[in-house]
Amino acid sequence: MIALEKVSRIFEVGDQQVAALRDISLTLGAGEYVSLMGPSGSGKSTLLNLIGLLDRPSSGIYQLEGRDVSDLDDKQQAEVRSQKIGFVFQSFHLVPRLTAAQNVELPMMLAGVPVEERQTRVRELLQNYGLTDRADHRPDQLSGGQRQRVAIARATVMNPRVLLADEPTGNLDQATGREVMKLLENLVTQGITLVIVTHDVEIGARAQRQLHMLDGQILSDEIRAS
Amino acid sequence: MRLADTVRFASGSLRGSPARTLLMMLAMAIGVAAVVVLTALGEGARRYVVNQFSSLGTNLVIVLPGRTETAGVGPGMLLGQIPREITLDDAEAVLRSPAVSRIAPLTVGTSSISRDALNREVIVLGSTSELLPVRHMTLGLGRFLPPGEIHQSTPVCVLGSKIKQELFGNATAVGAWVRLGDRRFRVIGVMAGQGESMGFNTDEIVIIPVAAAHQLFNTSGLFRVLIEARSRDSIEQARRDAETILFQRHNGEKDVTVITQDAVLATFDRILTALTMAVGGIAAISLAVAGVLIMNVMLIAVAQRVKEIGLLKALGAPGRQIRNLFFAEAVLLSGIGSVAGLILGYAGSRIIAEIYPSLPVSPPWWAVLAATGIALGTGILFSVWPARRAARLDPVAALAGR
Repeated sequence: MIALEKVSRIFEVGDQQVAALRDISLTLGAGEYVSLMGPSGSGKSTLLNLIGLLDRPSSGIYQLEGRDVSDLDDKQQAEVRSQKIGFVFQSFHLVPRLTAAQNVELPMMLAGVPVEERQTRVRELLQNYGLTDRADHRPDQLSGGQRQRVAIARATVMNPRVLLADEPTGNLDQATGREVMKLLENLVTQGITLVIVTHDVEIGARAQRQLHMLDGQILSDEIRAS
Repeated sequence: MRLADTVRFASGSLRGSPARTLLMMLAMAIGVAAVVVLTALGEGARRYVVNQFSSLGTNLVIVLPGRTETAGVGPGMLLGQIPREITLDDAEAVLRSPAVSRIAPLTVGTSSISRDALNREVIVLGSTSELLPVRHMTLGLGRFLPPGEIHQSTPVCVLGSKIKQELFGNATAVGAWVRLGDRRFRVIGVMAGQGESMGFNTDEIVIIPVAAAHQLFNTSGLFRVLIEARSRDSIEQARRDAETILFQRHNGEKDVTVITQDAVLATFDRILTALTMAVGGIAAISLAVAGVLIMNVMLIAVAQRVKEIGLLKALGAPGRQIRNLFFAEAVLLSGIGSVAGLILGYAGSRIIAEIYPSLPVSPPWWAVLAATGIALGTGILFSVWPARRAARLDPVAALAGR
């Protein structure tokens, strides 16, 4: 599904070169549930962005579903993101002037999906996430858990193969956080590949595969015996 | 992304910050309205002049005595010669030209007019029955000068409406006698009130047969000969014929000037059109200023919506789509702004037309097109840079709000 081979990402800060990722090689299978942990600055977010094609590796090869995507241009990257990847963010990133339904609809609108198809799919998703009666509410009229559920609905609306979540529970209380995690884990059972970046050891421990990072390298790669 | 969606999304983000949107549209609207109103005024002035000229008569060729020399002093002037005058026979001779349909000789002088104890100074016009159609005058009451032999000095007169009012009040004037200088004339008609036309108030004149005027002022020359050509196309021929005929009759001396109303009109037309365009151009500068304003505000909008742009990119929008979204915003802004400007401009022109009813104020179509075009053009042009800047944002940095 995802194969990274000796991938490095080097940022230029002033006239200094800082390596955020050093020679990372990693393979993730379809339907895998992976947590990425490590202290701030360890490179976990950079790795996530790279997998999500929001960034490009400075060197190394990234293959997504057998296709080399290390050096795609802006348009091709956007195309892959649109079709194959869903994002869930810590701060939800909902568009404040759009309703819950419109936020969920957004990726399909950007992809040019016909209106009727969009509406059916949005209705279906809102129902799945128990948001039907919140469809016409704006983000500021929703609770934190509801917002993250809208965000997850939005991330999955295009049926992506990979779901990337960056601290999805970071802005939620524990109970809601667990609820959100259950929703995400439920998607794994449906065959999606889920990668979660988190500080929270408890959350991280829920994943079948746990990656610990430090200084741009993978320190440990544990697969939990189930 | 579908066009309808792009437009809907862009208008949504415009509604998201109503104050900014309204102010920008206002700037655009003022620019467009300024162009519309100012060109409407210029065009109104031009049409006013054209109307004034055509109220003098259509297809007019005017003969005046003397030759306007543009190259130094003519020999006649050095010898102290007075140019030969144009006689009534000269005027009649012009009628021989096939291009000429009518002529009206004109003699002008001032005289006192009196009825019983009332008297005043008045401008006296000596002419023929043809003056009425040639000069597009309107008779109010009675008859105009009788047609007939040009040399016949029938003692009849037609009064301007104001003179009639002053001498007769509400009493009947037609059929009464008035005294012009030392001669008695019978009033046969009263002109309709027309007001000023080319600085000549037809309400304060008295019209008598040209031969009678010659006797009254003891002259034989004409002040002007008004010639009406058969059609617009024959104006030039009428002018040439009049010149040739008078040249022959004056023993080969070119001592008259023949001008066409068209030539004068064309000159005024050119000057005033140029003026209108200049004024419109100045107003168009305000549109360019509005364009710069749009650019400024769009740049701010891009900065404010960095996170949103990052999100759209993460959700699969390529740079081109982001650029189109900002483009659509600029087009909507300038489009709605210019429509509002057009409405404002037309309303403004209407108000001016109400205040100055004599000025035919109406914005010319080319100015309306140009104003809308420039508004849309500057709106789009000045949003290129902000839109490109948005499109090129790095998604990771944008999502972090950096």
